[in-house]
Amino acid sequence: MTAIAPTPVPTRRRRGDGGAATRTLVSETELRRGRNRVVYWALLAVVTAVFVVAFVLPLYWMVAGALKTPAELAQATPTVVPQDPQPQNFATAWEQMNIARFFANTVFYALGGWLIQLVVDVAAAYALSKLRPALGKVVLGMMLASLMLPAAALLVPAYLTVADVPIFGWNLIDTPWALWLPAAANAFNVYVLKRFFDQIPNDLLDSAAIDGAGRLRILWSIVLPLSRPVLGVVSIFAIIAMWKDFLWPLLVLQDPEKQTLSVALSRLANTSQVPQTEFLAGLVIASVPMVVIFLIFQRSIISGLSAGSMKG
Amino acid sequence: MALLTADKPRTTRTTEPGDGPGTQGRLRRRIQDNLLAYAFLAGGILCFALFSWYPLVRGVILSFQQVNFVTDPYWVGAENFEVLFDDPLFWTAWKNTVVFTGLALVLGYAAPLVLAILLNELRHFKAFFRIAVYLPVMLPPIVVVLLWKYFYDPGNGLFNAVLRGVGLPESQWTQGSGSAMISLVLVSTWANLGGATLMYLAALQGIPGELYEAAELDGASVWQRLRHVTLPQLRFIMLVLLLLQVIATMQVFIEPFQLTGTSNPDTITVMVLIYRYAFTVNQDFGLAAAMSVLLFVVLGVFSAIYLRLTREAQ
Repeated sequence: MTAIAPTPVPTRRRRGDGGAATRTLVSETELRRGRNRVVYWALLAVVTAVFVVAFVLPLYWMVAGALKTPAELAQATPTVVPQDPQPQNFATAWEQMNIARFFANTVFYALGGWLIQLVVDVAAAYALSKLRPALGKVVLGMMLASLMLPAAALLVPAYLTVADVPIFGWNLIDTPWALWLPAAANAFNVYVLKRFFDQIPNDLLDSAAIDGAGRLRILWSIVLPLSRPVLGVVSIFAIIAMWKDFLWPLLVLQDPEKQTLSVALSRLANTSQVPQTEFLAGLVIASVPMVVIFLIFQRSIISGLSAGSMKG
Repeated sequence: MALLTADKPRTTRTTEPGDGPGTQGRLRRRIQDNLLAYAFLAGGILCFALFSWYPLVRGVILSFQQVNFVTDPYWVGAENFEVLFDDPLFWTAWKNTVVFTGLALVLGYAAPLVLAILLNELRHFKAFFRIAVYLPVMLPPIVVVLLWKYFYDPGNGLFNAVLRGVGLPESQWTQGSGSAMISLVLVSTWANLGGATLMYLAALQGIPGELYEAAELDGASVWQRLRHVTLPQLRFIMLVLLLLQVIATMQVFIEPFQLTGTSNPDTITVMVLIYRYAFTVNQDFGLAAAMSVLLFVVLGVFSAIYLRLTREAQ
């Protein structure tokens, strides 16, 4: 409950080792008792049914809708299974709605933003944790203070800043940098990384220094390899956040050719005349990368999530 | 004692800069180390300065200025705030935001807690439940909103088809004046339920099993164990999630923006109005900044409590 856990929080395994699992509210022996068993199975059935209806069915409906013909989709009494599946709806959406372009844009923004966040935030966290400069505490404090700022409150001044960056005089509107640079100012990343680096013993770094390794070399060949778990969690969350972001890209990417998938879908929903079936296919395409990432990295995501709520 | 402490500064002062070659070398090293450290920090400081610290200050300044992009911004005193208070939409937006936050609490605050307690007791399909409840959180918010728009369609949307099927009266959902707000809250609740549920689940697994065993030995029923063991153990995270939910829902944007538009008085929220002031109808950044400052002050109270709490917990 206290600190950020850099290593995944141990979670209980599936029912296979249910007997050895931690004790919860209701004990195993209680559950096995006559009437309780019936109650348990009834509850399990109800919860499973509710979950299928509430969380699986809507997604199924999206995919099924994307596979229907426009006529079938428009029926007053909807069909549950597409009568005449149209997988080419996806291809049409990909090409005609220009989804290919927006998809590529979003991938580019997400990967670039991830890379920049890692470089900037790892370097900052390393300096604050291991190089400990004068006023380092103040810098960290000011970075953490930004966690208190709701993104909403900064929207307008941040937009004006991006349109005319002080000192440099750049106009970042319609460039990827408008997404990347503000994303690098991520206090949560710096904090999580610093907390992890703090646990790496200084002796280890000192002995490398005696062997003649420079600070950068130490970061690259000792600190980073030891930090794989935390780098993984930070990376996953960075990519997810970039992919899902809506309001900021809506403001700073005005050229339709440069928009993210989310912003483009919002615009197409309001203006275009594309058939609903293809539009649903577009929604499915926008979701697939996130669902895949979730299924692959669910352990890291779930443990990072519970650690994240304890930030501060 | 007093003498000793009085002496101390003097002895340390002799090792300060400029005394002997050894200390000079040390000083140079320290400066070099600091320079190196700040070289590593430079990117971070620059990004924070430009896109976090500076906009905060600029936001406050802007709220007292008129920005028109023809002349330089000039000071107008509290005029922006006066305009805000005279705008009926301003009050509507705040009222709607409070209603949205309140309804979202009613529908979505207890639900994850109840779900998590239930799921923690179920011995089957654990992985399925976890994945299913969190899937909506993973979807891009715009996909969630547009998917629900398709369900809400009063003509041939899924929801009205179901209502027709079971013989209930149909609803206008987002297009009805009375049902619009609750429709938005439903979308938002569905989309965000999973995060809180998984956090409660993690907290539940942190409760030591001995507590339940001891309570059971004392003859406590399941209900009593829930009241006197589970809930007290979850008090901290319940408070944290309450604050996080309030902070997040008060900034609601995408649901009203996409489902009911930026001019609908039934659902316009603070964030939508800020967007409208700055980027669509008014194109007045000063006015939008003034509204942002007010939102910031309100949310700042909740954020401060939140940070206080989580820091104390460490």
